[in-house]
Amino acid sequence: MIELNDVHKHFGPKTVLHGVNLTIPKGESMVVIGGSGTGKSVLLKCILGLMTPDAGTILLDGQDVARAERDAFLARFGMLFQGAALFDSLPVWQNVAFRLLRGSLARPKLEAREIAIEKLRRVGLKPDVADLYPAELSGGMQKRVGLARAIAAEPEIIFFDEPTTGLDPIMAGVINELIREIVVEMGATAMTITHDMSSVRAIADKVAMLHDGIIQWTGPVAEMDASPDPYVDQFIHGRAEGPIEAVR
Amino acid sequence: MILTAPLAALGRWVLAALASVGRVTLFALDALSHILRPPFYPREFLNALMNIGWFSLPVVGLTAIFTGGALALQIYAGGQRFSAEAVVPQIVAIGMVRELGPVLVGLMVAARVTSSIAAEIATMKVTEQIDALVTLSTHPMKYLTAPRVLAGLITVPVLVGVGDVIGIWGGFLVGTGQLGFAPGTYIKNTWDFLEMADVVSSLVKGAAFGGIATVMGCYHGMQSGRGAQGVGRATKTSVAAAAVLILAANFLLTNLFFTS
Ligand SMILES: Nc1ncnc2c1ncn2[C@@H]1O[C@H](COP(=O)(O)OP(=O)(O)OP(=O)(O)O)[C@@H](O)[C@H]1O
Ligand SMILES: [Mg+2]
Repeated sequence: MIELNDVHKHFGPKTVLHGVNLTIPKGESMVVIGGSGTGKSVLLKCILGLMTPDAGTILLDGQDVARAERDAFLARFGMLFQGAALFDSLPVWQNVAFRLLRGSLARPKLEAREIAIEKLRRVGLKPDVADLYPAELSGGMQKRVGLARAIAAEPEIIFFDEPTTGLDPIMAGVINELIREIVVEMGATAMTITHDMSSVRAIADKVAMLHDGIIQWTGPVAEMDASPDPYVDQFIHGRAEGPIEAVR
Repeated sequence: MILTAPLAALGRWVLAALASVGRVTLFALDALSHILRPPFYPREFLNALMNIGWFSLPVVGLTAIFTGGALALQIYAGGQRFSAEAVVPQIVAIGMVRELGPVLVGLMVAARVTSSIAAEIATMKVTEQIDALVTLSTHPMKYLTAPRVLAGLITVPVLVGVGDVIGIWGGFLVGTGQLGFAPGTYIKNTWDFLEMADVVSSLVKGAAFGGIATVMGCYHGMQSGRGAQGVGRATKTSVAAAAVLILAANFLLTNLFFTS
């Protein structure tokens, strides 16, 4: 279980997170929605310790992540970055198998390669992609390689930062199903950021709406449509008028 | 007020400069400590050896041979003024080994290696690859910095050694081909004149410059700001800082070795 209590983060004069409170229960799929630039990616990075919050605490299974032993802590996580963040000096399969080639999870090279190819297959990529370099792939393919890398070591907790942006609708459907499977079959805890409402409905157990630096509304996905919250209402229906100013 | 404003600005500048010296020093010490502690990444280290050492050889060789040749011409012309043109072999040797070899190789490495390290690491930073490394339980200092700095410490002295020899050879070619020295005497004069201390100082300088060049590349890459502009600025600053630090370190080391 991940608990965020009153998390604040600012960059210079600009406050991005302004007291975020959120609980992600173990084995559930939480989807965070919210406008562009509201701090969703920053929120994930704060949990992972890639950025340090200015105030507030983040607990993983009751333990403060700021004081956790870093290696053991990170070994439990997988992360898909918004921009895929593939290592462009390594071929695709070594990107996917990065964790399996070094450190505590290291295994023989051939086995790691096989696992990588299997994970690539699960994100809809053929084995011949394995030996290409990231620069030789399209944006959507890079995203899926990033996804394969995030799930390669079968982590307990997986963060997906916009897993379906840049994918065609069919591939987006495949990825949504995959994320759902990972949560249901592997019992993983997932936190997904997305702008795509069909993704939200396919992936989420729970939804949280981030706006103005705080969680405006959170609840089960089934209650999202009936939510009285005006921010959620405007966002899920994509209306230009409402409390969220469309022209900034 | 009007009188103190420039002083305050100067003070701020000095404080900022001291702070960045402190940060770089801490970074360098951190890098060294990671060289000594596992896990090690032999693959990254081999790549760095190739990039810093092997692929720098052509540049180093060409720089050294032309410099050695020009040096011989200058010493001959200068020596003629007081009929001391016979000292060409000795002065070429001492000039190359003590000063020009290490300094030129250091500057060439700064141009070639520091810039590429800084640009590569800065791009990784900007495209979140460094963050990705961290989430994959890999320490960027260990995976990126330590192998490069170690490779710099090891290969740049070798490059300097090669540069010294090729530079002397350049002097030899000009001396025997153009200035009428007998090959046997030229080599004998060179060999007899050089001392162990000259060679040791050359290699020590090489190691120091290799450390400076790689640390500056890694440090500025890691500190890079966002976007393509950030990468450009990181690259530019890293090369300028490495070059200036190499020349300053050269002065200090020369003082240390050759003034008693
Ligand atoms: N390293 C940083 N330095 C300065 N400002 C930053 C940094 N990272 C993020 N920000 C700022 O924080 C705000 C939130 O950024 P974030 O990337 O979290 O947005 P987001 O909600 O993920 O948006 P999107 O949906 O477009 O990805 C932005 O205004 C951005 O400018
Ligand atoms: Mg984002």
